[in-house]
Order: sequence, then structure tokens, then C-alpha cells
Amino acid sequence: MRHILTALVMNEPGVLSHVANMFSARGFNIDSLVVGRTEDPNLSRMTIVVIADERTLDQVRKQLAKIVTVVKVRDYKDSPYVSRDLMLVKLGVTPRTRSEIIELADLFRGRVVDVGHQAIMVELSGEEDKLDAFVELVRPYGIRELARTGVIAMARGVQPGSGDEPAMENAPETPRMVKPAGKRQPTQAELEATPPG
Amino acid sequence: MSSTSLSGGAARAAASKTTKPNKTDKMPEASPSAAGVHSGAEVGNELPVLGHPTGLTDRYIGKTGAQILLQMLLEHNVTDAFGYPGGAILPTFDQLYDTKLNFVLVRHEQGAGHMADGYARATGKPGIVIVTSGPGATNTVTPLATAYMDSIPMIVFSGQVRTYVIGNDAFQEADVTGITRPVTKRNYLVKNVKDLPRIINEAFIIATTGRPGPVLVDLPVDVTTNKVESAIDDTPWLPGYKTYRLGHSRMVKAAAEMINASQRPVLYVGGGAIISGAWKIVRELAEKGNIPCTTTLLGLGAFDENHPLSLHMLGMHGAAYANYAVQDADCLIAIGARFDDRVTGNLKLFAPKAKIVHVDIDPTSISKSVKVDVPVVGDARLCLTGMIELIEHRPRQQWLEQIAQWKAKYPFAYRDDSPVAKPQAIIEAINKATAGNAFFTTGVGQHQMWAAQFIRWSIPRSMITSGGLGTMGYGLPAAIGAQVARPKDLVIDIDGDASFIMTAMELATIRQYQLPVKVAILNNNFQGMVRQWQKMFYGSRFSNTEMINPDFAAMAESFGIRGIRCEKKEDVQKVVDEMIRHPGPCVVDFLCETDENVYPMVPSGKGIHEMELGIVGSAPPNMARDMGTLA
Repeated sequence: MRHILTALVMNEPGVLSHVANMFSARGFNIDSLVVGRTEDPNLSRMTIVVIADERTLDQVRKQLAKIVTVVKVRDYKDSPYVSRDLMLVKLGVTPRTRSEIIELADLFRGRVVDVGHQAIMVELSGEEDKLDAFVELVRPYGIRELARTGVIAMARGVQPGSGDEPAMENAPETPRMVKPAGKRQPTQAELEATPPG
Repeated sequence: MSSTSLSGGAARAAASKTTKPNKTDKMPEASPSAAGVHSGAEVGNELPVLGHPTGLTDRYIGKTGAQILLQMLLEHNVTDAFGYPGGAILPTFDQLYDTKLNFVLVRHEQGAGHMADGYARATGKPGIVIVTSGPGATNTVTPLATAYMDSIPMIVFSGQVRTYVIGNDAFQEADVTGITRPVTKRNYLVKNVKDLPRIINEAFIIATTGRPGPVLVDLPVDVTTNKVESAIDDTPWLPGYKTYRLGHSRMVKAAAEMINASQRPVLYVGGGAIISGAWKIVRELAEKGNIPCTTTLLGLGAFDENHPLSLHMLGMHGAAYANYAVQDADCLIAIGARFDDRVTGNLKLFAPKAKIVHVDIDPTSISKSVKVDVPVVGDARLCLTGMIELIEHRPRQQWLEQIAQWKAKYPFAYRDDSPVAKPQAIIEAINKATAGNAFFTTGVGQHQMWAAQFIRWSIPRSMITSGGLGTMGYGLPAAIGAQVARPKDLVIDIDGDASFIMTAMELATIRQYQLPVKVAILNNNFQGMVRQWQKMFYGSRFSNTEMINPDFAAMAESFGIRGIRCEKKEDVQKVVDEMIRHPGPCVVDFLCETDENVYPMVPSGKGIHEMELGIVGSAPPNMARDMGTLA
């Protein structure tokens, strides 16, 4: 089974390596892994697609959550979600095929982002299946180059307990703490409250 | 400055588990459900509060990284450290020149790592290692992996080349955080001295809380020489770090009900029970419910083996009665144990009749290899404290009688029929002389298993051995670490000839600090365990397992250590007594029988009831029928 997990991770060097290492060390397969910024500069978000049975997925989720630099893990096994993949594809064109390709791109709600004498570049986003279908459709025209971002995903609506690992047996405790995430730098008020010297 | 001591103090509190109740209003956001979920929320549910009201402190201003490191080690109650100097860590060693810290200079960084590990196992305090960059740091990889597998708190501070030459293949440069990432719970490359105090605080928390483990902090030269110039925040920031303390009350209740309903329960206790200090409560649980108790290799000492309910060790070389009991049990209660393959044998045949309760602080251990019926995620001691109230007394007469029969019929045994001493006899002599009242370390192999079988373990933390990783050469440095931690106690390294010589250069460390470590080498001039496998499974083709050894006694003498060679079997007890009576360090080379196998033995791929019993005899006829077999 194909599963999507997202992990909120600390934005610092080595985190990607922690996650990638864990997958290779435990023999789990990553289908795709996307890392990007979030609204909080201290945190990044990883979207990971794994092929695993339920039990392996459970281990993947727990092993991810165990990594110290991983803040939150969520899997989308039992919840509705939206997933998207973004693709740029460069196709060879002749004057005759150009309009056909533009028509196909329109049908898929893609956009032509670059046009040349010999090539045309299309931008397309959507679920992976849709992108796969488009690729098959335009393959006869000659794919010069193709790049896909991999899947990103987000749960629909606001769900109880979203963000925390949903199936944890008991509530995690945090033997540290101090500040909510994302406040590494002291505020101006704090700075002023500190006695000089 | 009143705020400044809070961080160090609170981190210490976290480490020593004597935390103060949380009285500030800042916390609840972090764990909204913590108080609500547990019925026994008042028991041990206090969270340490770290940090300063303002977030900033000026206490580090004007200090170099090396000064800060030494100051903070002392604040975190570190009294001893192990290591070896070198170029990139010199600023730190310069600070060691006039510190109160007791520093032990080793002969090889691997030794420093295992010493810190042995120190941690003997005390529960984190072991501290300070080594240089490049080869110094890479030599600690084996100890890190050893500690990681066995959940041992340890912090390695390694030197690193200056931040601005990192990546340039500088002299003695290695990507140490890259190399050690898979064998540490967390590692850090400190890039700015301003981050150092926070990272040190985090390192202590991560190493010592939850499921403990090793942490590495890589310290470039300019980080240890640069000074902090302004107020900094040393508050740990660990948004992704979670630990579990009390089990979920519903699960605790379900576990207790399952135990109460069972006719043939077995407690299966691992190293987690020792780490969490759960031995008293385990004993109470066993006695209250009349539940027989077996331990893993790392759990030895967590349950008094002289107790009538003790089943001794289980697993590949465990007691036949422990394995039979597990296979016949209708309820298996695992406490701080992780269903290692050396315990379970063939998973498909493991505990076929049992419902499984698993108490463990690491959620990833739950259902990793064996499907668990009732998971209780939390600290073993705290979870059991909540559970024991709900456990009802049961006589379990029939079950205990069955077990007594197995115990009488299948004891650990050997035949004393060779002209030279049997290795088991030597360990029995050590057991007799000490009554188990000592700290024992071992290497890895046959001698380790015989020590596990023939010492009657009764004291928590008294068995110091590399379980998960099986690191040969662990015994001697670990004994040094244990002796440093417990200078007044008797520490005996029961070692094999092949294991011993892997780290034998640390005899020089023993000599330098006059540590009264005793070393008993069971010398069969072979890598005994590998030989056993070659004999049993490779047609006695002893490929590269015979050892031509030096005269270990003379070797010890050359280090300035008392060395004794014991050749005659009738001298064994006398020499053991002499070794223990000797006030200083002493190495004894016990010549023993080569052609001797460890029994019982579960061959790989078999269920743990399908043991080769050796001279003990054959399995009860109903065993294979009841438990099934894959063959």
C-alpha cells in the first residue's frame, strides 16, 4: 500500500539526513520525499510517500516521531486529504503539433510557461495519477525533459488532534520546554527586561 | 543572577528524576493532555521546567567555549570523564589541567567510550568522553553503537577542525556527525560558541531521559577558543523530543486485568527495568501475583535469582525452564525488554499461547517484532506502580508446580570430565567467592553466556555486558569505568582470551590510576563461541578461530599488574580467592577446556523450546507437539 506521511521537522542541517538514514537503516522504502519551508522559519515540512503494509507504516510513523529533530508526524491513512504534485515538462514541437499540445495542456488545466521554435514547456499540477496520465498522453510528441516535485499533502478541514501523532497510546510529555516552537529569538520586551551587564 | 542557575539545576533534576512539581503557568501548552489522560496523574507526572524567565543570561560572557564546557560539566554533576587528547581538542584539555573533574587518560579512544559506558551502567549517570577530531572521534563509533543498542546514557565531546576549514579535508578532519548519526540518539556540530550552553543542556537531557542513549557533540577548535561576548539563551529547545512516563490508564488497567485472568503468566524483564529503577516493584509484582520471572541478558540483576519465582535468563542460551515457561505461558508480561531475536528465536514459534503485555518507554519497540496485545508506553517503574494496585493475588499452584518440575529437571549443568578446568567451574568458583556481590563485566562469547548462567545475579547494575551489539573487547574498559564509578566495590572482568586481547592495552590505564580491577580470563586459546558454531554448523572446520596467545600473566606483570597463571583445575578456587583478596589490580589467566559448548542452545531458525540441551538431556515429549515446529 502507498501511504502519505507528513513530518514537521526542525529547520537545521542534518535533519534530512536523520530521516533518510532512518529509512535506509530500517529498510523502509521511500517513494518520494519533499521538503519545504513552512510559515514558521524554524520548522520545515516533509511529505513522504512510502510503500508499506499497515504494520510497517506504523513502525515508520513511530520511528519518524522518535527522531529528536522531528517535531510532529502525521499519516493520512484514515483521514481525507488533498495531495498535489507539480510537474514541468518540456516537449518537442513542430508548427503542426504545437496547437495540439496546447489543447491537451488546457484540457488538463496546465499552463504553457515557455514556447520556442523546437520546444514547449508545460506546467501542470494535480494528483499524481493525473500527471501520469498527461505524461503518457504527450509521450508521442517527444519528452525532452521532465521534472516533478513529488507529492505534498494536507488534511482536509480541522480535525481533532491533528498534528499530534493520532494513534499514540498515551500522551507524550516534554521534559524540557520553555517556549512555544518558533521563538528562538527573545522578544524585544524580553531583551529590555534583561538587566544590562 | 538568580535565574542563571535554574537551567543547569533543572537539567540535573531531569537527569536524576527528582523533579520538582511544575508550578509555573508556562507549561500546559506543551502537553495539553498530559494531566487529563492519566488517572494516576499525581504520581510522577511532574515536568521539569527549564530556562530563564527572560530567556537570556549573562553568566557565560567572557568565557571561552572550553571554559563553558568544563563549567557546565560540573554543573551537570559530572565527576569523572574519560578520553585522550589531540590537536583539535587541546583548548579543552588545557582547561582539564586545573579542574576538579577526575579525568581518566586511556590508551585508545574505544577504551574511553566503553569506560564511559561501563561507568554509566554501574551508576545510571551519563558517561562522559572527551576525544580529539578525526581518528579520535571515529574510534568512538563502536562504543557509541554499543551504547545505542543497549540504551546507555553517554555523551562524547569530540574535537573538530576550525569551522572555516570544515569540508576542506583538513588534517585530522572527518565528518563525525555524518559518521555517528546512525549510532547516536542525537548529535551536534556546534558552529558558534553562543550555541554551546544550550546544546550541552540539550545533550544531557537527551542522553539521560526517555529511552537513554549516546549523544555526540562535535566541537571545532574556534568554538572552544572563542569567547561569548553577549548575553545568550541556554534554554534547551527540543520541540520534537517526547518522553513517556506513566502508561495510559486504560492500558494499565487492561494489562492488570489480563494478568489477573491468566493461569500461566510469565514476567519477562529487560534492561529497561534496571534503567528505570523498577527492580523493587518488579519483585512486588511477581510476589503479589505469584508470577514467575525471567530476565534478559541486560535484565540480569533486576530480579533476585535466588528468589523461588526466578526463572533466570531466557533466550538462545537461557535456562530451559525459562524458555519452556515462556512457550507455555498464557500471558507474557514484557517489562523494559524489546523482543530481541536472541530472546525470541523464531518469531513464528514464539510464545504461541500467550497474550502479550508490553511495558516500554519507547513506542517504536511496541509491536516491532512481536505483535503486542496490551501496550503500556511509559517508564517501567511508574507504569508498574500504577499497575500493581490492580493486581490481585493468585496462588497459581499448578503453574508454579509445573515450573518447579522443569527447574529440577533442566538446570544449567556441565560435566566436569576434562583434565583441565571447565570454564563453567571457574565461574562457579567466582560466584562462590563473591556470592554475586560484585560488579561483573564481560567480553562477548561463550564466557559471557556462562557468566550469565552460572553467577547467581541478585544486584541491579551488577551485570555490565554488551548485549545488543555484542562488542568483543568490551569487558576490560567497561570494568575500568565501573571501578572509577565505584572505587570501593569489587569489579571483576570475566573475559575470554580473544575478547580480552582486543582492548588489552587498557591495562596501562589500570596501572596508571592503580584501579583494583580483577580480570579473570577464561583462556581456551580459541574464539570459543565462533568455534562452537563452526563445530555445530560448519562441520568442525575451525576457520581462523584458533588464537596463539601471549602469556597473559607475564603480560600483566609487564604492565606492573599482578599476573597469575592458573593451569591446574584443582587450583581454581584457591586462585580465585587469591585474586579477590589481592588489594590491587590482578589478571588471572585460567587455562580451560577448549572443546566445550554453551548449552542450552537454540539453533537459529528454531523456536526457543527447540533447544539443544547438551548433557541436560532431552526436551519433555509434549513440548514440540504443543508448541509446533517449522521443521
